[in-house]
Amino acid sequence: MESLPTLWFVMIGFFFTGYLFLEGFDLGVGMLMKLFARSNTERRVLLNTIGPVWDGNEVWLITAGAMLFAAFPHWYASLLAGLYVPLVLVLLALIFRAVGFEYRGKADSDRWRAGWDWAIALGSLVSAFGVGAMLAVTTTGLPLDANGDRVGGPFVWLTGYAVLGGLAVTGFCLIHALAFLMLKTDGEVRHRARRALCRWLPLGLVPLAAWALLVVLAHGKATTWAALAVAALGAAAARLLAGRGLEGPAFAALGVFLLAGAGAIFAAVYPTVLPSTVDPAFSLTVANASSSDYTLGVMSVVALFGIPAVLAYQIYTYWVFRKRVGPAHIPAAHAVRPQ
Amino acid sequence: MEALEIARWQFGITTVYHFLMVPLTIGLGLVVASLQTAWFVTGGEQYLRMTKFWGKLFLINFIMGVATGLVQEFQFGLAWSEYSRFVGDVFGAPLAMESLLAFFTESIFLGLWIFGWQRLPRAVHLLSIWAATLASIGSAYFILAANSWMQHPVGVEMVDGRPVLVDIWAVLTNNTLLVAFPHTVLGAFSVAGGFLLGIAWYHLWKRRRDGIDTVDAGGRVVVGSQPATGRDAADHKVWLQSLRIGAVVALVSFAGVSLTGDVQAKLMFQQQPMKMAAAEAACHDGTGFSVLSVGDLGSQDCDEIVAVIEVPGLLSFLANGDFTTEVKGVNTLIPEYQERYGTTVPENPAYGERAGQPVDYVPVMEVTYWGFRIMITFGMLAAAAALVALWLVRKGTVPASRWLMRLAVLGILAPFGANSAGWIFTEMGRQPFVVAPNPDPNGIDDVFMFTAAAVSPGVSLPELVFSLSAFTLVYLALLVVEVKLLAAYCRGGVPAAMPELLPGHGGSSQDRHDDGDGGSGPGTGGKDGGDVLAFAY
Repeated sequence: MESLPTLWFVMIGFFFTGYLFLEGFDLGVGMLMKLFARSNTERRVLLNTIGPVWDGNEVWLITAGAMLFAAFPHWYASLLAGLYVPLVLVLLALIFRAVGFEYRGKADSDRWRAGWDWAIALGSLVSAFGVGAMLAVTTTGLPLDANGDRVGGPFVWLTGYAVLGGLAVTGFCLIHALAFLMLKTDGEVRHRARRALCRWLPLGLVPLAAWALLVVLAHGKATTWAALAVAALGAAAARLLAGRGLEGPAFAALGVFLLAGAGAIFAAVYPTVLPSTVDPAFSLTVANASSSDYTLGVMSVVALFGIPAVLAYQIYTYWVFRKRVGPAHIPAAHAVRPQ
Repeated sequence: MEALEIARWQFGITTVYHFLMVPLTIGLGLVVASLQTAWFVTGGEQYLRMTKFWGKLFLINFIMGVATGLVQEFQFGLAWSEYSRFVGDVFGAPLAMESLLAFFTESIFLGLWIFGWQRLPRAVHLLSIWAATLASIGSAYFILAANSWMQHPVGVEMVDGRPVLVDIWAVLTNNTLLVAFPHTVLGAFSVAGGFLLGIAWYHLWKRRRDGIDTVDAGGRVVVGSQPATGRDAADHKVWLQSLRIGAVVALVSFAGVSLTGDVQAKLMFQQQPMKMAAAEAACHDGTGFSVLSVGDLGSQDCDEIVAVIEVPGLLSFLANGDFTTEVKGVNTLIPEYQERYGTTVPENPAYGERAGQPVDYVPVMEVTYWGFRIMITFGMLAAAAALVALWLVRKGTVPASRWLMRLAVLGILAPFGANSAGWIFTEMGRQPFVVAPNPDPNGIDDVFMFTAAAVSPGVSLPELVFSLSAFTLVYLALLVVEVKLLAAYCRGGVPAAMPELLPGHGGSSQDRHDDGDGGSGPGTGGKDGGDVLAFAY
């Protein structure tokens, strides 16, 4: 019975892609706190565009991790233990970033704010790069023995592919964030975001396109080539639409690029979930890494009810906070003084 | 140290740390949701202020729980990959249910709540905090379902040496879970109770110290007002009611924790008799509960331990509900365990150098004995303090004593201590198993795993040393930041969360009774939007 593990492979792909689509822009906005914003007010504008939603976005990663554990425990175990050092760094980066969002505005001091700005920007950068590197390694493989344990040192994962994957997700996040800011802010920030987007979009998306192309070249099927073509069209459309000031459609076209690109990668590697570079016989596949059909069945029922609910209230949140944020909305900082 | 020890320290440090934030989030969430409900129903100004003040502290703490919870979700794979492989068919499911069904709800609705003041219709805004709070309690249920399975595996069959899930319902209604869940959640409420009590006491005391409130000849409070610092008559109500609510929450949750704890102990005497014998440092069979035992608890020569003060019959009561049944001691249990689970570690490559060595079935008794007692003592102290506090504030304010105030603030730590001690006891008491065997004769006795077999074989010692140091240092630094921030907002009182209360700040709190129109976007310009964002980022 192969259909349930395959369904769950699609689910894992869905959750990681959903994570990249949603947290992609808030990771990017985090990096832009240092790369793009010019004043404290602009930084607060940036923060408030993602303020109500970033935590919900991040739960996509947590859920992807938990789903991986439930549906493919062997994949979860081999991947996480194999990528020990980068995963620890990503977790620390995510901690700093989350705490930075919440604490930055909680004291009225330039030093305090500057410190958390760095925490947010570097935390976002390390998370984006690390998640990208780890996903790339998932598609290109680790030196795993028969038990699925890594052979070799703590840094054997650090290959050209890992770097490419890291650059791919970092670049995508930055571009996605510029498109998001163009859509969600007003005034100066909006116009600068649009100009920056038009200028950097081709360069920013190249690494992700290259990664998808390499994977499809290695394991390509007709469908994955088609997906790759859709991704290329999405990227081109995003650039054209942004140039004409069609902000919503440009953001959507970037989404098409990501979905099609990630879809091409996941579909190309299927049915392998984590290749072993030591011996292909040790590779983890949809069949040998998955949980029992009973567990997958239980999880399918849970997903059937859970996913529509999550999508519904996340869409509701975006609808409630659909208005643009501008400098005029940012109140003066206030000090917290003892009574 | 070996990899196993470092991995265990890492799991212990990250988990105990995470569980400092979790009970406060669960407990304070319920308090804030209830206060906002009171405001919604009565419109009383003090309830809005209480919602905002306690809500602000809730958020400062919440984010740390989220951030450290990320580590929890991934560390089973990081340092415990053999564990993940062994239990994956069962253990991942409740974790995935937690994130999909509960944690998503909590995070999304909390975002709506933080940024939704005046933007959402008042009823929807109120529902948001309730959704977030109830989801956090739901999270506790699913996480405890996973943990209870490690304490008492059910709903599985062994297939090729690995437990395979056959009955999810059994996992979700595990009797261990059904008592651990209320016990843990009530423990979380007790944390919130002590927190409210200590901080409210401080503010009532400070109002007296600054001469705002005085007492008349009969000791009754005469409430004053100092508008320049935002401390008017409503402010007095904020703190007095907070204190009383905190004390009542502490008392009620203590009663609940005691009742559920009693049921849980009786269950544990059946499910993990060694854990409970070690909690008593009881070497021999007996009926007495040790109040104080001396001797080298760490020595494996159990006979050196002497119970100096003992309450006869009490142990039997805790275990069986009577005063005469003998409860098995460590010395009786060791041969029983050896007979069922072997005298030596299995000759399996997963155990590395430990294969073939004798298994020590006795947990570290200093930890189990004192962990059990610290849990009970701190819990009782907090409840007794709450009772005394209720009596002392019967005339509307706290005594002027600085020492009593310090004691009340220090008392905030007691329920935290009880929670940590309880968890350390129950997890360390399960050793040497990571998945404890289910001793039910009709159950599945062969599902168990020694902790020594659970670590990641491919992860090297330097990697573990790096991550343990990095997590410990970062967690320590962030703990300092969080406590300082909480302290600053506590000292700032209500205006820290509502700067509009202070003179010179535009806007009055009366404006906030207006309903939002549900779609006015992030800030509509001007002071209304400003207040919203001042509360948020």
